[in-house]
Amino acid sequence: MKKSPREIQDSSRMITRRGLMLGGIQIATAGALAMQMRSMQLDHAEEFRMLADGNSIKIRLLPPARGLILDRNGIVIAGNEQNYRVTLTREEAGGDVEPILRRLAQIIPLSDARIEELLEEFSRRSAITPIVLADRLSWEQFSAIAVNAPSLPGVTPESALSRAYPRRGDFAHVMGYVGPVSDFDLSRIEQPDPVLRLPDFQLGKIGVEGRLEEILRGKAGARRVEVNSTGREMRELSRQEGEQGATLQLTVDAALQNYAAQRLGEESAAAVVMDCETGELAAICSSPSFDPNLFVRGISSRDYRALMDHDHRPLADKTVQGVYPPGSTFKMVVLMAGLEAGVVNAGTRFFCPGYTELGGRRFHCWRRGGHGSVDAVKGLEESCDVYYYELAQRVGIDRIAEMARKFGLGVRHDLPMSAVAEGIAPDREWKMRRHGQPWQIGDSLNASIGQGYVLSSPLQLAVMTARIASGRAVEPRLIRAIDGVRQPVPDWPELEGVSANTLRVTRLGMDAVMYGNRGTARASRIIRDEWRIAGKTGTSQVRNITAAERARGVISNDQLPWNRRDHALFVAYAPFEAPKYAISLVVEHGGGGSTAAAPLARDILLFALNGGLPPLDAVPSEQRAAMEARHQAMDLFIPEPPRNARTRV
Amino acid sequence: MAYLDYKVAQIPTGWRKILHISWPLVLLVTAVCCIGFVMLYSVAGGRLDLWAEPQMYRFAVGMVLMIGLAFVPMWFWRGISVAAYVVCFLMLVAVDLFGVIGMGARRWIDLGPIRIQPSELMKIALVLLLAAYYDWLDIRRVSRPLWVIIPALLILAPTGLVLIQPDLGTSIMLVAGGAIVMFAAGVSLWYFAIIAGAGVGLVTAVLKSRGTEWQLLKDYQYRRIDTFLDPYADPLGAGYNIIQSQIAFGSGGWSGRGFMQGSQSRLNFLPEKHTDFIFTVLAEEFGFVGAISLLTLYMLILGFCLYSALSNRDRFASLITIGISGTFFLYFAINMATVMGLLPAKGSPLPLVSYGGTSLMILMLGFGLVQSAHVHRPR
Repeated sequence: MKKSPREIQDSSRMITRRGLMLGGIQIATAGALAMQMRSMQLDHAEEFRMLADGNSIKIRLLPPARGLILDRNGIVIAGNEQNYRVTLTREEAGGDVEPILRRLAQIIPLSDARIEELLEEFSRRSAITPIVLADRLSWEQFSAIAVNAPSLPGVTPESALSRAYPRRGDFAHVMGYVGPVSDFDLSRIEQPDPVLRLPDFQLGKIGVEGRLEEILRGKAGARRVEVNSTGREMRELSRQEGEQGATLQLTVDAALQNYAAQRLGEESAAAVVMDCETGELAAICSSPSFDPNLFVRGISSRDYRALMDHDHRPLADKTVQGVYPPGSTFKMVVLMAGLEAGVVNAGTRFFCPGYTELGGRRFHCWRRGGHGSVDAVKGLEESCDVYYYELAQRVGIDRIAEMARKFGLGVRHDLPMSAVAEGIAPDREWKMRRHGQPWQIGDSLNASIGQGYVLSSPLQLAVMTARIASGRAVEPRLIRAIDGVRQPVPDWPELEGVSANTLRVTRLGMDAVMYGNRGTARASRIIRDEWRIAGKTGTSQVRNITAAERARGVISNDQLPWNRRDHALFVAYAPFEAPKYAISLVVEHGGGGSTAAAPLARDILLFALNGGLPPLDAVPSEQRAAMEARHQAMDLFIPEPPRNARTRV
Repeated sequence: MAYLDYKVAQIPTGWRKILHISWPLVLLVTAVCCIGFVMLYSVAGGRLDLWAEPQMYRFAVGMVLMIGLAFVPMWFWRGISVAAYVVCFLMLVAVDLFGVIGMGARRWIDLGPIRIQPSELMKIALVLLLAAYYDWLDIRRVSRPLWVIIPALLILAPTGLVLIQPDLGTSIMLVAGGAIVMFAAGVSLWYFAIIAGAGVGLVTAVLKSRGTEWQLLKDYQYRRIDTFLDPYADPLGAGYNIIQSQIAFGSGGWSGRGFMQGSQSRLNFLPEKHTDFIFTVLAEEFGFVGAISLLTLYMLILGFCLYSALSNRDRFASLITIGISGTFFLYFAINMATVMGLLPAKGSPLPLVSYGGTSLMILMLGFGLVQSAHVHRPR
């Protein structure tokens, strides 16, 4: 269609007009866009920049290394070890993890069942969550995985610190153990440290680890990292290392502890060795024990059940938690109460016909035939029960209880261990409060030979013995130094209301137990003069003797089932002239204190005095062969010369 | 210049046409594409092969296409305008019947090695047809109701087909592109005022109809509207993209956080960063300077097109140029406004910069037409 020139001109003019209008609209729009850019990028840039940084910068905690725990010589008893493990992130694996797991199974042991378990876990968890495939790998396995990394996409070998107890069972009850933080743990702590919420963080559960958690934990470090929108870390911006927890040096001696543990053997027993002057605990050993490393790794239910079902109760700490009737080891307290009350003196004699008759009831002496005329020293030497029956009637229970508390019985000692028992030093007020009944004179008689209501822990008996030996109110101590700073040893005050004469008579009695011709622990004496030992045996009943049993006559312990036999106890200190160590030892259901407990305690005491295996010439000659054989059967821990005790892992 | 002054008295022929191509326009288009390559390299985390390299090949092909089309004379375009429209229309019908479903909508026809998105081709074909229509129509009849209804139907028929794919964004682009040609052709402003009034009424109706039986849009479209109006109402859900985009955009500041240093984009807080949100990455990494520079390049392209259209005495050619440049303008203005939070997110690419073959090819085809119109303008 042909157009006239006029038409073309009109059209042209119209297009020009409309085109310029369009151009105007476009410029106005572009202007609006530019204004918006200006507003966002120039006027509000700071706000958006802050939002962007908040988006992408996260603070990640660095778990601190836990403080080391050393023995008195700097030997590590709780340390940290590298735990090599591998994790797999599904996202980085490209989705299908099964072939990767199969390939990994050729390098490290991964059972089919474990692979099934892992696949199940992968299907439940988000694709960016790293999942631990295996941990506690050997260095060889670990490096084999690192070398094969190209064929294992998404697999990351990692190393982290984990608690380790190189002395295994020796210090299980003292140390306790660490374990993963549970919801229950968190619920008990007010404002928990955020580091506790880290996966795999280890928290002290019981024992020293639990009680001194605050100083052992250390302070978490922090890393500022840039993360992407899915929370995956892209790079580290800055890093502030955490502070390791305090290095804790305990008073215990690892070599002595190891010897004590082996000497107690399979018995259900406890031994506490205490420094008479400083109160430092040189050994504190409960037997049988368990390997605390099992708990760090997460104990299998089978292992746990085995520990729970064991009739010797390996998980129980018999040294400070366990309480036993102290039996005749309580007699020193009764004697001292009598001497201090002035109802007897060293020479006062009572006649022992083999029993005491009281209100129509007969209270027997352990020796049916009786001891005849008995004074204070002979009363201890032969452990004559009738002497104490007579004494108790004259002194009264309240003064006995008061004396017991003076010597640390019925008192909770402050140690950083779990469930330290208070024991019971009964008196009239206690019985009324506890049982709602008035005290009976028969109760006093039972208490006088450490039976009835009296209960004490091996720790308390050790404290008692140390106080008899030193005449001072020593308290048990477990912490020697924190971060290399020695904890000051208090100047323990002299015991009040206990005269030197009272202590002297008591000590002589304990000496006679070991060296008197009829001493109950004569077989366990030390024949080196510089280590002269003073002790006291104890045998405590765990059952009531029924009338029927009494009619049949005395039944020997050997004929009873294990758990109804008597507890065997022994307390001692040495050297007699300048006491260094006190020991208490309890063998549960061990039978007589003189045969089941005293020899063990004597050997442990000798080890402590000698700073090594007991020398054979310190024991009576007829026992040397057996002792030597015992030593050869032992697999002893011989510490290397300690390196710098403050070396940190 | 003496040579050209002497020779251009008439429309050039043969290889001489190459001298009359608007080289500044070629240069500007290339510059914008190069910005695209740089950004694609950046969002791929320093990888060339992921997006930048394929895009470069497409650009090379597109460039050849554009130069080639510049040689095609105007009568050819006039001749095929009706046929092109009909073919595109039939393809749209085919898409609705047997198209490939992707991203929740039927948009593509699968032709073995290539996938064609007929709605994109329709944008060009519609401009061609309307330009031819107004070239043919007596200018005095342009505003008569009957002669307004015909182009309106020509626009609405394909728009309807695209709308049922469903693809609201492209529908709006088709209507707007057609309206620009009608506007430039001189249709009375009253019609546009009436349409604008109707538009306001329609928006009201759309919003009012929500939740009733005669609800006009799909639920997801309503949610987009909600998100636009208040992205912070659901910052981790529907509002996430737009909030993250605004954060990235604003945090660029004056000169940006540096090449490949944009924390938002590098750390994947930004969605679709190689396509719809590439402008955000540019703004984050090169700041206000980078953003305003790209806007300036776009405006210069528009300026050249407008100059060419206004100086062209061939009505058909002028309308084509205005229609294509207008569509181009809508493309980038909508994308920029979207990432800055001025328009609801609706998933549109940034022309010449975003990764994507169809979009780039259609644009190069469009600029080929503009060049053709420029080369063959009557002297």
